Amino acid sequence: MVAVPEVLARSDSGRALRGGARIDVRRVCHQFALRGATLPVLQDIHFAVEPGEFVALLGPSGCGKSTLLRLVAGLDKPTQGTLHADGAEITGPDPSRVVVFQDPTLYPWRTVRGNVGVGPEAQRRRRGWRRDALHDQTQDRIDAVLQLVGLSEFADAFPHQLSGGMAQRVALARALVNDPALLVLDEPFGKLDSLTRIRMQGELARLWQGAGFSVLLVTHDVEEALLLADRVIVLSERPARIVAEVRNDAPYPRHRDDPKLVALRREVLAQLGLDT
Amino acid sequence: MSTQLDSVTTRDAADVKPATATTTRATLSRGASITWLAALAWLGSAALTQWWPAADDWPYTRQYLVIKLVLAALAVAVGVAGWRSRAGEDGKAGDARAAQHNVKPQARVDAWVHAMPWLLALAVGITAWEVLTAQLEWLPRPFFAPPQALIGVYAEDYSRLGSSVAHSFGLLAYGYVLGAATGFIVGVSIGWSKAVGYWVHPVLRLIGPLPATAWLPLAFFFFPSSFSASVFLIALATAFPVAVLTWSGVASVNTAYYDIARTLGARPGFLILRVAIPAALPSVFVGLFMGLGASFSVLIVAEMMGVKAGLGWYLQWAQGWAAYANMYAALFVMALMCSGLITLLFRVRDRLLGWQKGLLKW
Repeated sequence: MVAVPEVLARSDSGRALRGGARIDVRRVCHQFALRGATLPVLQDIHFAVEPGEFVALLGPSGCGKSTLLRLVAGLDKPTQGTLHADGAEITGPDPSRVVVFQDPTLYPWRTVRGNVGVGPEAQRRRRGWRRDALHDQTQDRIDAVLQLVGLSEFADAFPHQLSGGMAQRVALARALVNDPALLVLDEPFGKLDSLTRIRMQGELARLWQGAGFSVLLVTHDVEEALLLADRVIVLSERPARIVAEVRNDAPYPRHRDDPKLVALRREVLAQLGLDT
Repeated sequence: MSTQLDSVTTRDAADVKPATATTTRATLSRGASITWLAALAWLGSAALTQWWPAADDWPYTRQYLVIKLVLAALAVAVGVAGWRSRAGEDGKAGDARAAQHNVKPQARVDAWVHAMPWLLALAVGITAWEVLTAQLEWLPRPFFAPPQALIGVYAEDYSRLGSSVAHSFGLLAYGYVLGAATGFIVGVSIGWSKAVGYWVHPVLRLIGPLPATAWLPLAFFFFPSSFSASVFLIALATAFPVAVLTWSGVASVNTAYYDIARTLGARPGFLILRVAIPAALPSVFVGLFMGLGASFSVLIVAEMMGVKAGLGWYLQWAQGWAAYANMYAALFVMALMCSGLITLLFRVRDRLLGWQKGLLKW
């Protein structure tokens, strides 16, 4: 992982380098309809992500964390309450808030480069940009992002030729190429082997420090949350409520065996009812 | 990551190399003997035609003889080429660069040697056919024609046969392209839009399974010409499988593909053209393949029933004149045409779906 290339640091919208979106989640409740019955998933969730902040949502499996992420991304609408990005209500998906899911979900018919270019391509049509005007610039950005995640040599490979870790890097590159104000990560390293996961956690922390975006990370891994986030929001079992907020101001790069992190880890586990 | 991949591939290659070398050697020597056998078989077959006269006097026996000798010469040529390439390989065993340089012609010779068992089988089969029909006349005439007679048909009736092929091909192209396009659009619309699905799906379920040939009497009545009626029928037969499989392809697209595209700023047009359709393409090609098969059968029936041209008509016409040799000749041409078109379809698919693993080979 190298320093963030200039192409990426320069922001199209003129956003300050150390910027990022401010996200407000206001009194959100959500429920699913299942065979006539209603299943409450989120209960009175209220928190904010400051510009440039790294917030982790930590909770047991199936508690509704991913549902909350879908609301933040604008893929679903909450039953009650509102969500705001930089003060404007979130009504639909927007490329300034990009999601990286647990599965890389690359398009198998596109090469790595084609997959990373999906965002610019989709937005070019939306904004009616002329095909050639920004083409070179877009290609440069794609190259830079691929270099950032260390996959320059695999630009023309197809997804089925990649390992799990490489595919997840491509997914990350596909998000980063849009110059997002908020990166929404849904257990992005959940399916990777532990060595790859440790390496990618380090890379993510460095990426976040170098470029200007806020991060909302969903995870059930206490260590991962403490290693990466400024602030950990602990959620209960379904229906999810906020049980606790743990602020972690340890400097980066952090180490797993830092006594401060170990103490915080005990505190968080206690909040989850897993005191040992 | 890349080093891991590399080490795996090199280990595999090292494991495999000695084994393949010995097996190639073995198959090559067996291939060589089969090649010489094929040459002998065709020579013998030619001698048989020359010195065992047919019960009846068949024209084009001389040309038939020449073809046999040409095939024998082909086998000899392949045998010599195989022997020379093997000798070359032994001579330059240590010179890896020269071997690499020779890889391409070597592969071509191997492909020819690989085809030799078929050349041998053909010699045996065609000679048996000739002996049974021409020399011994054990099979009743005129229902069974000897190979010479087919050569006669191709030599004398090529213009009528050729124009029949052209007519059939034109009709098929119109009907198939129209039907495939309609089926594709209907399939995508049903798969994408609930409203279209609500109205079109029941119609598709009711009308689709009906054999297109059942419409034949009505179609010839409703349409201004038998050509347009046949185009309609072929299109109908093609559209059904294409529509159903396109629809199923679009309906089974991983919803996460849409979520990803939407968060990246995609609008419905992008979701349909750049996500749904590429993802559904493997299934669409299954539909196109099935539609092509259905279109052949409707084409021939339509030509037999109403259209006054084409291979179906030719078969009908030959039957009227009891010209059975012409029928066999037309059937063979038809087989080549249908097989060629399906091969073409699979080529197009392989090009478009190169990203897919485990493609069905044709």
